Amino acid sequence: MAIEARNVTKRFGDFVALDDVSVEVKSGSLTALLGPSGGGKSTLLRVIAGLETPDTGEVFISGKEATALAPQKRGVGFVFQHYAPFTHMTVFDNIAFGLTIRRRPKAEVKKRVEELIELVQLPGLGKRYPSQLSGGQRQRMALARALAAEPEVLLLDEPFGALDARVRKELRGWLLRLHEQTHVTTIFVTHDQEEALELADNVVVMNAGRVEQVAPPRQLYDEPANAFVMSFVGPVNRLGDAWVRPHDIEIRTEPNGSTREAQVLRIVRLGFETRVELVREDGEHLHVQLARDEAEQLELRRGDIVYVRTRRARTFAANGSV
Amino acid sequence: MTAKRASNSLLLVRLGSLGYLGIILVAPVGLIFWRAFEHGFHPFWAAVSNPIAVHALKLTLEVTVIAVPLNTAFGILCALAIVRHRIPGMGLVNAFVDLPLALSPVVVGLALYLLYGRDGWFGHWLLAHGVRVLFALPAMVLATMFVSLPFVVREVVPVLREIGTDQEEAAATLGASPLATFRRITLPAIRWAVAYGVVLTAARSFGEFGAVSIVSGGIAGRTQTLTQYVQASYENFDQTGAYAASVLLAALAITTLLAMTVMRHGDRST
Repeated sequence: MAIEARNVTKRFGDFVALDDVSVEVKSGSLTALLGPSGGGKSTLLRVIAGLETPDTGEVFISGKEATALAPQKRGVGFVFQHYAPFTHMTVFDNIAFGLTIRRRPKAEVKKRVEELIELVQLPGLGKRYPSQLSGGQRQRMALARALAAEPEVLLLDEPFGALDARVRKELRGWLLRLHEQTHVTTIFVTHDQEEALELADNVVVMNAGRVEQVAPPRQLYDEPANAFVMSFVGPVNRLGDAWVRPHDIEIRTEPNGSTREAQVLRIVRLGFETRVELVREDGEHLHVQLARDEAEQLELRRGDIVYVRTRRARTFAANGSV
Repeated sequence: MTAKRASNSLLLVRLGSLGYLGIILVAPVGLIFWRAFEHGFHPFWAAVSNPIAVHALKLTLEVTVIAVPLNTAFGILCALAIVRHRIPGMGLVNAFVDLPLALSPVVVGLALYLLYGRDGWFGHWLLAHGVRVLFALPAMVLATMFVSLPFVVREVVPVLREIGTDQEEAAATLGASPLATFRRITLPAIRWAVAYGVVLTAARSFGEFGAVSIVSGGIAGRTQTLTQYVQASYENFDQTGAYAASVLLAALAITTLLAMTVMRHGDRST
């Protein structure tokens, strides 16, 4: 295990940020901490980095106890949500910081920084100041800075949170390639389930200071441990005790015995995907996702009466939170 | 029509503020300069090069050179303690730092007199051990430090709050010790606030009169600072001497402010 948190609890006044949290992260993996804001994921990341001291519990990094170790002795790279660039230093000096503080020889520093500038695709920008970079460039500079001293662990706090949608998509692909190249154990915090499912090979879902489930993306989506995970890692319809994904509802124009009647309230076409909002005869509202072709065959129009059937539904024991 | 009215009111604001500055600030200072050089440069030079005036200038600089670094170091530490560490009682310290701004310097001088005088709490013991505080340099430095204490703290605190802890935390995760973080991250980030605080502290130190005049004794050629020299000259009907020393004081103040402006102009990264 590259990182292990055991029974970590952290309070801020009356607020319980982490409530007896235990997490294991495999070496070389790309792990997402996913959850709503205030769920404790950033606090857990900061506890691992040593920026917060847990009230109780232990942290192990590469098998060594690190709970009381100062952040500068943990060998972690940390990328802050707003990148925390050193505003009075050039891009080069920012990236070199972890090396110059370790008094590495000048030539070595120069070589390593140039490599990193290449790696994060900021060629020719070494002499600029952070204020002269775009958000995406600043983000990559922060990543290069965190990677410079070859940390055993890379921690990213909402790495794409402050960027616009297009840059965010670009950087996701880029982070994935970077991870494939460097294989440094990486944990990133996100509240975006799509980001977590797309990037991570293991996802830790957190809510209200607790771990709800730890699983690879596919398992998380197909076999959510409880109602919270089900509703957080994708859109969902709640029908009584049952939880149904929008793509697990079938729409037919004719009844077939197992269907129920419903009326089309709204149709939204989003390129490949068509979203239909229905109200069933018993008054339940349903959200349905269809592929475009499927939707066109049905020739749906607002106000139409259709017949729906759930293909797959999940129920959770009463203790499944939400 | 509205544009014209707007430009008229803008003109009024400008004239108003300039006029105010002119009457309150420029006229008195200008008058000092005019009076000092009224009869040419020679009387001025004669007045400022007289040994007592030279000694007063030296003493003022000496006091300032001791008080400013001490208050700068204390000010930075105090600001860090107020902003960065949640130490119980820091709120009280924060409030106390402003005391010298609210308290009349005369009261400060009197308090020091009571503390370090022959029968004072510390004075008695110190005198018994051969350390003379009152009517000597130590008391003048103490008085100056007291009155110029808040400036660095007050300049640095808001800047520390504004820059937040992100950069310091980033430096820590990159392997920097707390001291290295302070030297390489925090200090560069607050340097202009410190510089401005230093300028204000120095300006206040040059100009201090009330507290120092009580504890120094004001003996010409020995414990007389430049401000006291101005007063003494004026009372002795040596108007040229008073004006000339005033010009020196004003020149010191203007030089520090100019140095500050030039420094700030040279640095655009913040």
